[in-house]
Amino acid sequence: MVSVVTNIPWGIILILLPSAAAIACFLWPRIANELGLVTAFTIVLSTTGLGWQIMENGAYHHTVGGWGAPLGIELYADGLSLLMLAASALVGSGISTYSASYFEQEHLERFWPLWLLLQTALNALFLSADIFNLYVTLELMGLAAVALAALTNNSDALSGSMRYLLATLLGSLSYLLGVALLYHSFGTVDISTLAERVDSSPTVWASLGLMTAGLALKTALFPLHFWLPPAHASAPAPVSALLSSLVVKASFYILLRLWINIFAPLGEGVDTLLGLLGATAVIWGSLQALRQTRLKLLVAYSTVAQIGYLFLAFPLAVATNVTAWSATTYLVLSHALAKAAMFLAAGNLLLFSSHDRIADLDRVVQRIPLTMAAFALAGVSIIGLPPSGGFIGKWLLLEAALSQGRWDVAVILLLGSLLAAGYVFKVLGHAFTQAPLPLKPTVIPASMEWSALLLAFAAILLGLLASPILSLVDIGHITGHSEVRP
Amino acid sequence: MNWDPLIPVLTVASSLVPGLIIFGLAEERVRLRTALNLIGALIKLALVGWMLWGVYHEHHYETRLALLPDLELVLRVGPLSLLFVTLSGVLWMVTTIYAIGYLENSPHRSRFFGFFSLCVTATVGVALAGNLITFLLFYELLTLVTYPLVVHRGTEEARRAGRTYLIYTIFGGSLLLLGTVWLYSLTGTLEFTPQGFLSDLDAEHRPTLIIIFSLLIAGLGVKAALVPLHGWLPQVMVAPAPVSALLHAVAVVKVGAFGIVRVVYDVFGIDFAIELGVTAPLAWLAATTIIYGSMRALFQDELKRRLAYSTVSQISYIILGVAIAGPIATIGGLVHLVHQGLMKVTLFFCAGNLAETLGIHKVSEMKGVGRRMPWTMAAFTIGALGMIGVPPIAGFISKWYLGLGALQADQDWVIIILVGSSLLNAAYFLPILHAAWFQKPPHSWPEDRDFGHKETAWTLLLPPLLTAAMALVAGLLATLPFSPLEWAKLITEREFYCP
Repeated sequence: MVSVVTNIPWGIILILLPSAAAIACFLWPRIANELGLVTAFTIVLSTTGLGWQIMENGAYHHTVGGWGAPLGIELYADGLSLLMLAASALVGSGISTYSASYFEQEHLERFWPLWLLLQTALNALFLSADIFNLYVTLELMGLAAVALAALTNNSDALSGSMRYLLATLLGSLSYLLGVALLYHSFGTVDISTLAERVDSSPTVWASLGLMTAGLALKTALFPLHFWLPPAHASAPAPVSALLSSLVVKASFYILLRLWINIFAPLGEGVDTLLGLLGATAVIWGSLQALRQTRLKLLVAYSTVAQIGYLFLAFPLAVATNVTAWSATTYLVLSHALAKAAMFLAAGNLLLFSSHDRIADLDRVVQRIPLTMAAFALAGVSIIGLPPSGGFIGKWLLLEAALSQGRWDVAVILLLGSLLAAGYVFKVLGHAFTQAPLPLKPTVIPASMEWSALLLAFAAILLGLLASPILSLVDIGHITGHSEVRP
Repeated sequence: MNWDPLIPVLTVASSLVPGLIIFGLAEERVRLRTALNLIGALIKLALVGWMLWGVYHEHHYETRLALLPDLELVLRVGPLSLLFVTLSGVLWMVTTIYAIGYLENSPHRSRFFGFFSLCVTATVGVALAGNLITFLLFYELLTLVTYPLVVHRGTEEARRAGRTYLIYTIFGGSLLLLGTVWLYSLTGTLEFTPQGFLSDLDAEHRPTLIIIFSLLIAGLGVKAALVPLHGWLPQVMVAPAPVSALLHAVAVVKVGAFGIVRVVYDVFGIDFAIELGVTAPLAWLAATTIIYGSMRALFQDELKRRLAYSTVSQISYIILGVAIAGPIATIGGLVHLVHQGLMKVTLFFCAGNLAETLGIHKVSEMKGVGRRMPWTMAAFTIGALGMIGVPPIAGFISKWYLGLGALQADQDWVIIILVGSSLLNAAYFLPILHAAWFQKPPHSWPEDRDFGHKETAWTLLLPPLLTAAMALVAGLLATLPFSPLEWAKLITEREFYCP
C-alpha cells in the first residue's frame, strides 16, 4: 500500500490535473463549478501524496520524458517546495469553495478556467528546478492573475488590472533578461548547476540586479508596490485573496530560491538594500493601512507591510543563519493563510452591507459573527500574537536579529506589530456596539463564512505545528544544495 | 497508564472547551449555557483538589509539547502555580454564578460567557506555564480575550476604555516579547527553575541582564498596574461588574504580579537578583505605587473608580513582598495574591449589587444603604476592613508578614509605607462604611428595582457573601494546613528558599 502511494508521480498529476480541468471547464461551462471543486480537493490529496513521498524518499526528482538537465525539463520538489504547494493547495481549496457560491453564473464560466490555469502555473512553478521554467510559469501565472483581476470588468477593476498588467510584464521581462545573461555565460539554466558555476563577475552582478528587481516588482516590495493596492482592492473578493496570498508569494519564492542557492555569497550590499526596503515597507504599509477608510484597501496595504517582513530576513541570513530563512518561510505560509481568510471575510462584509466603509461597519459586523471571528483570528496571526503562525515567524526573526545584535531589525519588527494591532483593531472595534440585532437571518451562504473561518483557523494552528513543519523545510533545502557547492 | 501528564491539560481544557462550545450556542439556550459553565467549573475544582493533594505529597504533574525545534510548551504543576490555579478556579465558579444573575436578559450573553471562559483558560495557562514562552503565550492570549469583555457594553465610553486597554497591554506585551527573545538568545533556555537559570552566565552579560530585567518588569508592570503604567486600569472599570471583579481579583492584574514573582524567583533567582541590584529599585517602585494608588483612591467619588485605584495600590503589596527579598516577606506577598483576590472580588460584587439594585454608582449616594441592603453591605464591610488590615480578616495576615519580613531583611522603611498605606486605606474606606451604616437613607434611590422581600437577586447576593466568608476564614484559620498562608509557606520553603 505504502509503495503504491510513493510510486505515483504526484508531481506530474499536480500539473496535469488542473490544466486538464481548466480546458474541461472552458469546454463545458455548465459543470465548471463541480469540476473546479473536485479538482481543488484532488490537488489537496495529491499534495498530501507528494508530501508522503518526500518524507519517505527525500527530495523529489522527475525528468519529464526521460530527458534530464541540461536539455530536458526536470521537476524537483524539496521541503520548501512542498510547503509552498501545500499552502497553495489549502488556500486554493478554500478560495474554490468560497468562489463557487460567490460568483454569478456568467462570471463563474470565466472564473474557473482562469483560476485552474493559475493553479497549474503555481504548482508548476513550485516544482521547477531551472530558472527558465520558472520564467515560463511566472509569466503564465501573471497573465492568468491579471485576467482574473479584471473579471468583473467595472472601471475600477479595469484600470487597476491595467496597471497590474504593466507591472507584471515589466517584472517578468527584467527577470527574463537576467536569465538570458546567466544562460549566455554559463550555458545552463539548472539552479543546482548554476550554483556550482557562478562567480563574482559583472555578468552575474547584472543578472542578480535584473532578476532581483523584476521579482521585487512582482512581489510588490516598497517602493515597487504602487500597483498592488488598486489591483487587490478592486478585484472580486476571492481574486483579491488569491492575489495577495498566493501570487505575490510565488515570485517571492523564486527570489528566495535564487538567493539561497545562487546569489547568497555574492549579494553583499544588495541584501542590506533589500532589508532596508523591507523595513520601509513594514512601516509605510502599516501606516497607510491605518489611515485607510475602506476595508479592502486596508487589507491590501497590510499585504504591502507584511511583504516587507519577508525581506527583513535577507540581511540577517548571512552565511549559515538558517533561522532567518525558517522565519521567512513561516511568515510566507502564515501570511498566505491569514491574508486569504482576511480578504474572504472582507468580501463577506462587502457582500452583506454592499459597502466597505470602515466607519459604518457598526451595524454590520455583529450580524455575521463567523466572518468576524475569521477576521479576528486572521488578524491575530497578522499582528503576530501567540498562538499563531505569524507569532512563530516573528519570534524566529526576532531571535535571528537579536543573536546578531541587529537592534534596528528588532525595533522594526515590534513597531510593525504595534501598527498592525492598530489597523486590525480599528476594524474589530466595530463588532462591539449597542446597535440592536436584526431578526432577519444572514444572507451569506454558510460555505463562504466557513471557508474564511477555516483558513483563519489554519493560520492559528500553524502556531502550534512549528516543530514538524520546520523539520520539513530541512528536506533537501539549504543544506542539500550547499553540499553540491565546492 | 500514567495519567499525570494529562492533568495540566485537562485543567486548561475544563474552561477552554465549555468556552468554545458556548460561542456556538444561540442566545436563548440559557440552561445549557449555565450547565456547561458550571460543569466546567466543577471539573476544574475537582482537578484542583486532586492536584492540591498530590503536590502536597511531593507529586509533580507536567506536560510538554514541542513548540519550536528546541523550545517546548510546558505546563507544570508546582506549589506556586497551584496557588494561582486554585484562586482562579474558585473565583471563576463564584463569578460565573454572579455573572449569570447580573446579565440576566441582557444581549450577547453567549459571546460574554465564551470570552469569560477563555479569560479563565488564559489565566490558568499563565499559572501553569513552566517556561517563559508558555507564559508569554497565555499572557498575550489573556490580553486578546479580555478585550471583548471590556468593551462588552458597546458604548462609546466602553470602546474608548477598550482602546486604552489595548494600547497599554499590547505595548507591554511587545516589551515582554523583546525581553524574552533577548534572554533566549543569551541563554538558549527559558525554563522556570528554582533559584533561576542566569547566575552561571558570564559577568560581562550583567549590564544586559539588568536591561532585560527592566524590559520584563515593564512588560509585566503594565498588567500589574505599576505606576506609571497603571493608566488603563481605572478606565477599564466601565466593564460589567463581573468582569471588573475577575479583572481586579484574578485575571489581568494578578497575572502581571504573578509574572513578576516568576521572573524574580524562577528566571533570575532571588540571590542573583539581589546581586544584580535590581530588587531595591523594584521595591521602591512598588512602594511608590502603593502610596500613589491610595492617594488617588481618596479623591474618587465614583465607587468603582475608587476600588480600581485601591487595586493599583494593593497589587503592589505582592510585588513589594517579592522585592524585599526575604523569606517572610515573600510569604506575605504570595499570600496577598490570594487574600487581595478574595477581598477585592467581594468589594466589586457589592459595588455591582448597589448599581444593579439601587442604581448607586457614587460614594456620595451610599448614605444609609446599609439599612436597605444589609447583607451586601456586611460583605462590603468585611472586604473593606480586610483591605485596611483589621484582624482577623485575611488582609491583616498579609500585612503582618510583610512587616515582619521587612524587619527581618533590615528594610525598616517598609514599615512606614505599610502604616501610611493602612492609614490611607482607612481614610478612603471608613467614610464609606460610616455613611452606609450610620447616616440616614434618602427618600428614594436613583433606580430602585424591586426584589420582593429580598434585598436583591440571590445569584447576586450569594457570591459576595461566599467570598467575604472566605476572606474571613482565610484570616481566622490561617494556621491550618491548606490555608493560603500555610501554602505560601510551603512554596517559600520548597521553591524559593530551599536549602
